[in-house]
Amino acid sequence: MLEAQLESYTQLREDMSRRDRSLREKVMSLEEAASFVQDGMKVGIGGSTMSRTPMAMIWEVIRQRRKNLSVSRCIISTDGDLLFGSGASNHIITSWFAQGILWGLSKVMRYHVETQGKRFEEWSHMAVGMRYRAGGMGVPFLPTRAMLGSDVMTQRPEAKQIDCPYTGEKLLLIPALNPDVALIHVQRCDAYGNAQMDGLQFMDIDLALAAKSVILTTERIVSNDQIRRAPDHTKIPFFCVDAVVEVPYGSAPHECYGLYEPMMKHMEAYVSQVNSDPINGMKEYLDKYFYSPKSWNEYLSLIGMEELLEASQRGRSIYND
Amino acid sequence: MTEAHNYTAAEILAVLSARQLRDGQVVFAGIGTPLLAATLAQRTRCPALTILFEGGVVGAFVEPGKLPPSTNDQRCTKRANMVLGSADVLLLLQRGYVDVGFMGGAQIDQFGNLNSSFIGDPAKPKTRLPGTGGGNDISSLTNMIVAMKHEKRRFVEKVDFITSPGFIRGGNTRAESGLPTGGMFRVITELAVFGFDDKTRRMKVLALNPGVSREEVQDNTGFELHFDEKIEVTAPPTEHELQTLRMLDPERLFTA
Repeated sequence: MLEAQLESYTQLREDMSRRDRSLREKVMSLEEAASFVQDGMKVGIGGSTMSRTPMAMIWEVIRQRRKNLSVSRCIISTDGDLLFGSGASNHIITSWFAQGILWGLSKVMRYHVETQGKRFEEWSHMAVGMRYRAGGMGVPFLPTRAMLGSDVMTQRPEAKQIDCPYTGEKLLLIPALNPDVALIHVQRCDAYGNAQMDGLQFMDIDLALAAKSVILTTERIVSNDQIRRAPDHTKIPFFCVDAVVEVPYGSAPHECYGLYEPMMKHMEAYVSQVNSDPINGMKEYLDKYFYSPKSWNEYLSLIGMEELLEASQRGRSIYND
Repeated sequence: MTEAHNYTAAEILAVLSARQLRDGQVVFAGIGTPLLAATLAQRTRCPALTILFEGGVVGAFVEPGKLPPSTNDQRCTKRANMVLGSADVLLLLQRGYVDVGFMGGAQIDQFGNLNSSFIGDPAKPKTRLPGTGGGNDISSLTNMIVAMKHEKRRFVEKVDFITSPGFIRGGNTRAESGLPTGGMFRVITELAVFGFDDKTRRMKVLALNPGVSREEVQDNTGFELHFDEKIEVTAPPTEHELQTLRMLDPERLFTA
């Protein structure tokens, strides 16, 4: 098996031709949308670090007890902990994996990688971007000049070093990544899935284009007329999108640009709980915040009104002069 | 440092790092001391410094007291010139738009290679570290300033794993590996300022920080240090530098 998980171009095109790309409404619940994520799939996660994490969708996927997911994200944070800790994933492809720079190493990641045989497949940040971009371009690789000479490269035989046929220089070919499903959270979209993102886009456009299906969670569903008033803000076209779910505070306790910053009290409590005991601390966290709540709203109320309001005040202040 | 100073180790690290930047440069800064020091330079000597962050920010102008918890948070964008996708801002390095990369380091060796991936054998690591992030891209593609804590276990003869390449095994090995440009320019610690020999590419001490002896630097370093012929003593942080630094980071997020 080619570890780079490359797909044949013919297969990618066949999958695409079978996909319903018509202009149709695709609004559904988190529970319904989770059916796009099946055991063993390659799942791409949008946003980066603590920003625009599709946490509500990850929460639902973990609640539905998915297994053996191969997850990729440009930089992964507590969502990576939760995917390993819940048993939903045994393989994470990323450039950086910890809870956040403020908290040092993730003991959850360390426990699962050092003692449980789970895989943290490391690429440079730009290389993750080139994997999605090649996937979105419909080509098997893109050449780069990063990673050469490093042990990050020697750990990744999937990346091929070549002599450039034009110049003779050494280049590294970064293989495409076409996730089976991408989970992306945005500020707003319409019922068709035309998605508008504010602020940092990270790698979400390439990820959406590369993936074989996209579940979009959104803070607000707006009318198509509203989308059409500012088409330059639309970053993902509807025909990439297979499901639309309206989930206010869908990145909590992480940030969603212009709406709320990370909920730092919750994050700090989480980090201290799971890092002091990566097995039981994680189990207790998942029981309380993931498995017990009846709804996403109930999860939010566990985080607490005060914390949500405070994060919202900081989040909205980005637009203050 | 044996003498009493009116600044902490983290503060002199930020101040001396900031002094390495020149007005008009384009700097790609990592989180922590690099972000803080680049912002300090911008608010003191280098008003025309252009700061990039891997989250996709071009021309950052971080607000005092609102330092971002990572370079991928909304705070990085406040009053910036532009936001790009993160792959695109990293590609600016490859095209050559960036004068200097500026990062922290967990472990460094005599050729300036940085390790932030594994302690011990990667196949059976004693400790799995968080990994490269943009560090490998930055250090592969531009000239580097590294700001880090000076400890014997962090300054090793040979890193366990090259996450972010310096001069690889010295001499021409960096260029021969396919990295014809960039490389380590300066390493800044609370004890000294280091450069690299033009030929051997080994680390050497350029300047000692106030009150620090050669022996103290050597004792805290896990390999034999070379000293430049004309060793200087760095000027201590000025009141203006310290005041500006404390105004930028009143909660001491990155200067504790």
